[in-house]
Amino acid sequence: MAKLTLPAEEWMYRGHAACPGCGPALAMRLLLKGLGPRTILAIPACCWTVIATPFPTTALAVAVLDNPIESTGASLAGLRAAADALGLADVTVAGFAGDGGTADIGLQALSGMLERRTDAIFVMYDNEGYMNTGVQRSGATPQGAWTTTTPVAGTRRGKREPKKEIMEVVLAHHPSYAATANPAFPEDLVRKAERARAARGPRFLHILAPCPPGWRFSSEETIALGRLATETGLFPLYEVEDGVYRITRPYGTLKPVDEYVRAQGRFRHWTDAEIRELGAQARAGWERLCRRERETAAVARPPPIPLTA
Amino acid sequence: MTREVLSGNHAQSHAVRLARAQVISAYPITPQTTIVEKLAEFVATGALEAQLIEVESEHSALQAVVSASALGARTYTATSSQGLLLMHELLHWAAGLRAPIVMGVVNRAVAPPWNIGADHTDTMSQRDTGWIQFYPESNQEVLDTVLVAYRLAETAEVRLPVMVSEDAFYLSHTVEPVDVPEPEIVDRFLPPRTGHAILVPGTVGRLGSFTGPDRYVEFRRELARASAQVPRVLPEVEEEYRRLTGRSHGGALPTYRAEGADAVLVTMGTMTTTARTVVDELRAAGQRVGLAKLRLFRPFPDTELRRLAATVDRLGVVDRSYTFGASGAAATEVQAALYRGPHRPLVAGFLAGVGGRDVTPAHIRRMFAELLGPADPEPRWADLAPLEVDVHG
Ligand SMILES: Cc1ncc(C[n+]2csc(CCOP(=O)(O)OP(=O)(O)O)c2C)c(N)n1
Repeated sequence: MAKLTLPAEEWMYRGHAACPGCGPALAMRLLLKGLGPRTILAIPACCWTVIATPFPTTALAVAVLDNPIESTGASLAGLRAAADALGLADVTVAGFAGDGGTADIGLQALSGMLERRTDAIFVMYDNEGYMNTGVQRSGATPQGAWTTTTPVAGTRRGKREPKKEIMEVVLAHHPSYAATANPAFPEDLVRKAERARAARGPRFLHILAPCPPGWRFSSEETIALGRLATETGLFPLYEVEDGVYRITRPYGTLKPVDEYVRAQGRFRHWTDAEIRELGAQARAGWERLCRRERETAAVARPPPIPLTA
Repeated sequence: MTREVLSGNHAQSHAVRLARAQVISAYPITPQTTIVEKLAEFVATGALEAQLIEVESEHSALQAVVSASALGARTYTATSSQGLLLMHELLHWAAGLRAPIVMGVVNRAVAPPWNIGADHTDTMSQRDTGWIQFYPESNQEVLDTVLVAYRLAETAEVRLPVMVSEDAFYLSHTVEPVDVPEPEIVDRFLPPRTGHAILVPGTVGRLGSFTGPDRYVEFRRELARASAQVPRVLPEVEEEYRRLTGRSHGGALPTYRAEGADAVLVTMGTMTTTARTVVDELRAAGQRVGLAKLRLFRPFPDTELRRLAATVDRLGVVDRSYTFGASGAAATEVQAALYRGPHRPLVAGFLAGVGGRDVTPAHIRRMFAELLGPADPEPRWADLAPLEVDVHG
C-alpha cells in the first residue's frame, strides 16, 4: 500500500469531543491541513459546536467564531469585509456547516454569499441528517433512510423524498470553485482544500462525512464505507472550476451498492429491489457526471492538476 | 461645523459617515431605506471608505455586522419593524458576543395589518436582548446620539450594541436644519476602534463557544455588569461631546419644567416636542405640569426616575406601542422602577400614537387633565377614533 503524502502539521488537537469514527471530525482535520493556520472559521450550531469542546477549551488551532445555524453565509460576508477593511487581506475566511446548516435552514445565507461573490469558502460536511439534535431527517438525508423523524413503522419506510442535490444548487450560482470530497480519500480532500484556498471569490466544498451513530454502523467502518460511497458512484469525487468539470477519482466500472447499503442500519429494512434501484440511480448519476466532464472540457480549461490520491 | 437641512434618516447617515464606519450591511424596508441609500452614495463617491454588504435579509445583515464587529471593525446597520423582528435571534448574539454595533431603527408599526407609521412595538419587543436603546426627539439629536452611541458602545467597560431609534416619518422623512460637525472634531471624539482580543487570525481562540451551567451564569452576569456601567459612562461621554460640539441632550431622562409640578408626563421620541408646547401653555394658564423625556430606555434609568418621583405625586407615562397582556412597556417599567424605590407616586399609563396616529396638543391636554383628575392608575387608550370603527369588517 502506498504511503499517504499529507501535510504533517495538525490544526486540530487531540482531545476533541467527537464520537469514535466521526466523519465530520476527520473532515475538519483534513480540511485544515489544506486551509492552514491563517484561517478564520465560522461554525454554526451543528455537531462541530460540541466537537470543538466547551469554553474555555478549544479543539482547533485556528480562530473560530460561532454563529446561529442559519447564517454562516452571512457571517463569512461580514468576516471577509472586516478582514479587508482591517488590512487582513491574507486570511482565509471559511465556514464549516452541517448539511442542515447549509442546504436547509442555511440555504438563504449561502445563496446570498454565493450570489454576491463573497471571497470565502463555504464547506458543507454532509452526515446526511440533523445529527447533533439526535438523528432527524434533513434535506440531504437519502431516500429510504431511517431517521428518528422518518421511522420505519406502519406504512412508513424511512425518508420518502430523494436527497437534495446541493452541488446543483451551488453550481447554479457559478462559484469560482466547487468540489466534492471524502475523508476516505485524504489526499484528494487536502488538495481540494488547497485549491479552494488559492482561488478567489465564492468557493464551496461538499464533504461526505459518515456518522456511525446516525447511519448505524460500527465506528471502525467509517473509512471503508466512505470509500464505497465513492466507488459505487453514489458520492463521486469531482471539482468544478469556472464551469469546467473534472472527475478526480475516475472509474471504469462502479462497484455494486449492496455492500454499502447492507453495512448501515439506517437501510436495514431495504429489499433487494430497493437496492437494485439505488444502484441504477448511482450509475445514472455517474453517467451524467461523465457527460458533463466531456461537455465542459471544450471550455477554456485551467491548467491540469496531477492526480495524487 | 456646517448647517444642513436633513431628514432624520440622512442625519443618521451623516453620523455614520463621520464615525467612519468600516463595515455596513442592511436590507431595505420602509422607512429605513433612505439611511442606507445615502450611505451607498457616500461609499460610491468616496465620502466614506467602507465595505457595504447588500445582503439578502435583515437576519443576514445583522449577522454580517456581528461577524465584522467580532473581528474588530466599526459597523453599522439599520432597519425597521419586520426587519428588526427578523433580526431577533442575532440581537442576542450581538450583545452576547459584546459586539459594539450601532444600529438605526426607524420605529414602524408591526403587521398585521400592514402599517408603516410610527410605532414603538418593534423596538419594545426587543428590549430584553441586551442592546442599549435611545429614543431621540429631533434630527439633530439623532445625529448627535449616533456619534455618542459609538463612543458608548466601544467603551471598554460597556462594549454593548446600541440602537438609535427614530419615529417613522416624523423624524425619518421630515427635514430640519441640523448642525453637522467637522470630521476633525468627530475624529477627536471617536478615535478608531481598537481590535477585539479574542478573534485574532493566526492565533487560537473561539468567540461564542458553548458552556454548561457551570459558566453560563457568569457570562450573563458579565453582560449585566456591562449594562450597569452605562449610567456612569453616558454622562461622561455626553460631556465630552458637549465640550467639542457645544451640544448635549441631557442624559437618560432630561426633564422640562418638572420642578414643583403636580403632574409630570413621561414621553418618548417626537411626541415630546408636542408635549413641551402643551406644558408651556398649561404653565402659562397656571397649571403646575412638567415633562420628562425617556431618552434612554435600555438600560432603564431607574435612578433618574426615582429622583423625579421624589418631587412629584402624579406621573403619566405615554407608550407609542401596546405590549400584549401588559399594556404599555414604558409605563410598566416606570412602575417597576419606582416600586423598588422610596417614593411611589401615582403612575398612570396612556397609549397614544400607535400605528402612526398623530398625537396632537389636544391629546396631551386631555392626558394632563386626566392625570390631574380623580386618581386612576388603569392604563387607557388616549386617542381612540371617536367613531367606533368596525375592524371585523
Ligand atoms: C434556529 C435554530 N433551530 C434549531 C436549532 C437546533 N439545532 C442545533 S444543531 C441542529 C442540527 C444541525 O444539523 P446539521 O446542520 O446537519 O449538522 P449536524 O448536527 O448533523 O452536524 C439543530 C437542528 C438551532 N440551534 N437553531
